[in-house]
Amino acid sequence: MIDLDFTESLLKHFTHVTKRHHDDCLTLDCGESDVNKLFLHLRDEETFDLLVDLTAIDHGETAEFRFSVVSHLYSRIHRDYLRIHSICEDNESPKFPSVSSIFPAANWHEREAFDMFGIHFSDHPNLKRILMWDEYPYYPLRKDFPLAGIETPLPAADVAEVTNASVDPAPMMGGPFVASSDGTMSESEPRAKDESWTEESEKPS
Amino acid sequence: MSTKTVEINVGDIGARGAEASANADSEKMALNVGPSHPTTHGVLRLMMDLDGDVITRCEPVLGYLHRGDEKIAENMTYNQFVPYTDRLDYLAPLANNVAYAIAVEKLTGIELPERCLSIRVLVCELARISSHLLGMGVFGMDAGAWTPFMYTFTEREKLYTLFEELTGARFTTSYTRIGGVARDVPDGWLDRVTHFCENLPKAIDEVEKLLTRNRIFLDRTEGIGEVSKEDALAYGFTGPNLRASGIDLDLRKDKPYSGYEKYEFDVPIGTRGDCYDRYLVRIEEVRQSLRIIKQVIDDFPPGLWYSEDAKKIFAPPKEKILTSMEELIQNFMIVTEGPQIPAGEVYFEAENPKGALGFYIVSKGGGVPYRLKIRAPSFCNLSILEKMVPGHMLSDITVILGSLDFVMGECDR
Repeated sequence: MIDLDFTESLLKHFTHVTKRHHDDCLTLDCGESDVNKLFLHLRDEETFDLLVDLTAIDHGETAEFRFSVVSHLYSRIHRDYLRIHSICEDNESPKFPSVSSIFPAANWHEREAFDMFGIHFSDHPNLKRILMWDEYPYYPLRKDFPLAGIETPLPAADVAEVTNASVDPAPMMGGPFVASSDGTMSESEPRAKDESWTEESEKPS
Repeated sequence: MSTKTVEINVGDIGARGAEASANADSEKMALNVGPSHPTTHGVLRLMMDLDGDVITRCEPVLGYLHRGDEKIAENMTYNQFVPYTDRLDYLAPLANNVAYAIAVEKLTGIELPERCLSIRVLVCELARISSHLLGMGVFGMDAGAWTPFMYTFTEREKLYTLFEELTGARFTTSYTRIGGVARDVPDGWLDRVTHFCENLPKAIDEVEKLLTRNRIFLDRTEGIGEVSKEDALAYGFTGPNLRASGIDLDLRKDKPYSGYEKYEFDVPIGTRGDCYDRYLVRIEEVRQSLRIIKQVIDDFPPGLWYSEDAKKIFAPPKEKILTSMEELIQNFMIVTEGPQIPAGEVYFEAENPKGALGFYIVSKGGGVPYRLKIRAPSFCNLSILEKMVPGHMLSDITVILGSLDFVMGECDR
């Protein structure tokens, strides 16, 4: 487990890094500019040499800072995880320094965060989409992206020309039937998020 | 007529890579493998440049099985997501269920009764055996040995019969619930598990006789796909692949969950980190899993299989729902509003057959996660391909992919 001495010496070393309340593992807030220095220090001096996860969170369109990047490091000596939160200051075109030169494992994780949230990792060796196809125009894990998807041209233009096909939103049949987490009980019964169309009545165009 | 012989040292990947790039002026061939190809165990696609038979560039292309599980999770209650975890690593669904349930339980701070913990350890280890049996069998087949596959699949089939008896499904089990497991073990089931475990070592021995000292198998796997300790860590390897490279990291030992600290078992580690070591580590892990299962069954605690504290999370027993008003209301609330999870964030990793399966959950309270990230071991284990493959022969690709033992359902999520 991580002890208090470790935390204090780390915070002394990095004055811009702050600790935040945590339940499961030590959680730090770190500004964009310090990220590379902090990661290098943690890897080389503090035995946090395994980057297990790197991902992003969309805090919603109305949030002051919309996107933040969250990484988890593991130390085999401390036998514990360390979580690092960093906010992206630009809401319109979020940017973040890439740590893939320090942890090659971050390469694909960053590509995924770019693919799903549209966060541009500067100095990334090969920043392109990883799960969606290269020409895909949206960022699916953003909160304003609908669950069913959005109509999009087919990735293969030659096939699309012949078949006139496109990538269609999923037929949700009025679903998903999900309870909302707030409101009175009568309002939070499972109900279709989009009730304007069902199997019987056509989707309004 | 003069012929030129180029000698390739099979053991030294670096030299082969250098040789490959030194011959850069010769004409290269682009080869595309997949996304639908028996070698790739699913829908992985590899774009490669070949110089003769030597691969000079390998670029994996993913996403052909991308279903947006993380987006789906944000749109349903915690309980509703359990069946989706089956479809991550679909060769060990029981272990995925457990990993997800523990992650959510860590957010809520539920304490589970002993019996539930023991059941979970038992099913996790059975899932590990089933996944490794498939991994080994298919790996043998990738190297050209068809017979071991028959032995391992026969045993795996017996396991699936046991799973069916316990969970009602062979493949997509959805067995755990947040706060417990779906149902208690059936009468006599533990005896049948014991019977299976007593007979499994014979089958493993048969497989070992066919593969472990087999000259062809050794030639195909030794020194192929070597991953150094440093690379394994830097590229985020976990699970048997990491341990084959000589790093002693097993979360069951290092960060025990679900009561793993009670059981005695060894963690096998490799020395070279090549395909052969990865195979040996898996074989030994099966034997160690059997040891754990024996200890669990010998000391199987009585009691409940779910937590009674989890009132707003775990649905009450069916007969009570049908006869008692309070339980009916409780069940109604769990179904309509979802289990009530406090606000906070949690990251939990479980030692799954393929590596460390992690769930990072951000909750703002209520029944639906705000963000759920799945840290898929297969995804992380594949990112090294770009570095590891160049310098190998084309025929080594099948062996390398087989030895990494990945599942695309988990990789693409």
